[in-house]
Amino acid sequence: MLVNRKLILAHFWLAFAVFGLALTLGAWQMFIRSPIGTWLSNPELYYRSLTAHGTVMGYVFPTLVAMSFGYAISESALEQRLVGVRWAWAGFWLIVAGSIMAVIPIALGRASVLYTFYPPLIGNVFYYLGVVLVVVGSWIWVALMSVNLRVWRKAHPGAPVPLAMFANVAGSYLWAWTAVGAALELLLQIIPVAAGLKATIDAGLARVFFSWTLHAIVYFWLMPTYIAYYTIVPRAIGGRVYSDSMARISFILFLVVAMPIGMHHTFADPQVGAGFKFIHSAFTALVALPTLLTVFTICASVEIAARLRGGCGMFGWIRALPWDNPMMLALAFSFVMLGFGGAGGLINMSYQLDASIHNTQWITGHFHLIFGGAIVIMYFAIAYDLWPHLTGRELIDVRLIRTQLWLWFVGMIVTTFPWHWVGILGMPRRMAYFDFGDPAIAPQALSVTLSAIGGFILLASGIMFIVILARGMRAPQVDAGPYRFALAVHQPATVPVALNTHALWVALMIALTLTNYGYPILTLALSEGTSVPAVYVGAQ
Amino acid sequence: MSTRDLFTFRNRHFTVGVGVIAGMLIVTIVAGFIVLPFAQPWVQFANVWDAICSAAGVPQRAATVTAPEQTRRLSEVVLTSRTLSRPSQEAIGRGATLAQRCAICHGPTGISRADSPNLAGQYAAVIYKELHDFRSGARTNAVMSPFAVNLTDQEIADISNYYAYLPRLPAYHPTPQLPKPNIVIYGAPMRGIAPCGACHGSLDNKTGSPWLEGQSEVYLKAQLQAFAAGERRNDISQQMRNIARAMTPQEIEQAAAYYASQPPDVVKAVD
Repeated sequence: MLVNRKLILAHFWLAFAVFGLALTLGAWQMFIRSPIGTWLSNPELYYRSLTAHGTVMGYVFPTLVAMSFGYAISESALEQRLVGVRWAWAGFWLIVAGSIMAVIPIALGRASVLYTFYPPLIGNVFYYLGVVLVVVGSWIWVALMSVNLRVWRKAHPGAPVPLAMFANVAGSYLWAWTAVGAALELLLQIIPVAAGLKATIDAGLARVFFSWTLHAIVYFWLMPTYIAYYTIVPRAIGGRVYSDSMARISFILFLVVAMPIGMHHTFADPQVGAGFKFIHSAFTALVALPTLLTVFTICASVEIAARLRGGCGMFGWIRALPWDNPMMLALAFSFVMLGFGGAGGLINMSYQLDASIHNTQWITGHFHLIFGGAIVIMYFAIAYDLWPHLTGRELIDVRLIRTQLWLWFVGMIVTTFPWHWVGILGMPRRMAYFDFGDPAIAPQALSVTLSAIGGFILLASGIMFIVILARGMRAPQVDAGPYRFALAVHQPATVPVALNTHALWVALMIALTLTNYGYPILTLALSEGTSVPAVYVGAQ
Repeated sequence: MSTRDLFTFRNRHFTVGVGVIAGMLIVTIVAGFIVLPFAQPWVQFANVWDAICSAAGVPQRAATVTAPEQTRRLSEVVLTSRTLSRPSQEAIGRGATLAQRCAICHGPTGISRADSPNLAGQYAAVIYKELHDFRSGARTNAVMSPFAVNLTDQEIADISNYYAYLPRLPAYHPTPQLPKPNIVIYGAPMRGIAPCGACHGSLDNKTGSPWLEGQSEVYLKAQLQAFAAGERRNDISQQMRNIARAMTPQEIEQAAAYYASQPPDVVKAVD
């Protein structure tokens, strides 16, 4: 029962519009940094573009996708009209206002600080206020998801919460808490300096605050993808979810251990003690667990579909899968990229191994493969799956959809594999220019060129995606029926309270944040003489 | 079942969930704060508490290390956002009077005929910093140091504002414009050299960096050589020394000749 289709479509369209812009900037960056582009001779333009690309892709695009998908889940999984539609629109407009407010200083070159802020670099205060508005807008969504679940619970006391909604609310709680780190950094540290109330900033503390947000935000981006794995893919390919409990446990584990691991981003930072780095490293290893559970459960679910279609034998069933189904294709691509990206992630989280790739292009390759690849390809799949239900029109270009998914997959591999490689060779990240004429890095020119070509393949795929959706708005009308989620092999009749509510796991998440972040933040905040003068971007 | 039944040890999920997480935490704490510190044979700890404090990153003062003594004076200029903001007409007038003594080398309109820097329209922060450095001895010059030694803070600020106020004029002996050499456009990334314009005004201006267009070729070359040789040392954190040291003599000549041939109107304006 999708009632507020306009609300959901507005979020999706805004998400994909800004995605298209940021993707174009990304391809341009790949090009001018590569040997095939002529250097602009102005690094500031590069960093301006990079800030816009990161801000949109990191904060605006995935947040809007999570919100629209969340509203769709709330209405269709709970089969109840969305409570608080006005608030939802208010959240949407806050994000629009915040995005515009942030983009103007970026475009003027007044906020080229990259989306990770990097204090003591300080940009125009409106850039940060814009980001804050985007986050506040998304917090309205968090509250609405919680309220809607509560309303449903009252009407259905003791009933198992549908898996999609359980996971959706877990994702929203994760976001609410993980955004607090960056919010503290912005409100207590950066905005006072950007507004001219202070002239110095504790960059080390700011980095610790940001690491609180920066890793778990990836799992917030990941949530819609995992929800799609569990609740859309099996239904779309004619199978069933292998285990409803396993799915719930995976989402619970994400909620608990995605949070207190961010300091593996600060392995090279002197202001954090080695003991805390070790704890965060160990907990990062733990976060592989829900992913492994998911890979197992989804493979089992897919096997059920294959065997229902007549597949047999140890591996023979793989051939029986509906490979012409875009959802099947997206899932397979997503898993391959998740596999490679996850393996790379194991290197990043190891204290010692990280030293060989820290701050190199390996990292850029890694997070593009995981986020741009494994996660975003499922965002496409979600949009394709929901579109007929939102527009009441059929998506007829199935062949084009398959081509688009193939191009995205190939483009992402061509982009990120050479990126990883030059990272191992030591190429630093966040550089606007490389002198490939220098014999020391001339051999890397080929890899970087390949990577840039991958960027253009991605751009082509992104344009196709938007064209397919736009054409879907004008296709013949069709009754898509109610939007449904996958059923489990054993649909739960009752669920233990711990697997049906979030309180225990949210409590554990907060407790682990206190144990893993409390001391480092307190000592840094209370230490004297740890601040440095701010460096104002574009100031004289 | 309500949430009251959730947070109780009778609930197996609660016991297992909390137990496993607490167990993990304890194991990682013991490993990270006690076992691993002692596993490093090259670090000596007095006792377990010492190891824990070290692993936790407790700020410690290194008692035995004293800061190396500075044999030469370093730049001590402090510039806040208010130091040079919105100069009054009187301040600029006072600066003009004071600047008469500068005119013999720097020219009556701030354009030098004597291979001294052109000051007309230079960023105020630059003149402010250099005069302070000449006064404190962080930068020395047989001609400039005696001029600067008796200036007050207010006088330095006034002179800086006066020269920043003057219009930027072409150099006294303009030469035909030269094409940009690579060292100016690209810097040399492999040697850690940024494009000159990233600080010196044509792309961006970093506080304290002068614009260079139309300055004397002889002067520019001499300064780069002085930075490279370590004779001039008033650049903060060795910014210019690191760059000049990594430049080849040929690049120094190219950069100096290029900047001397440029008109000063391409420089980024002061806010």
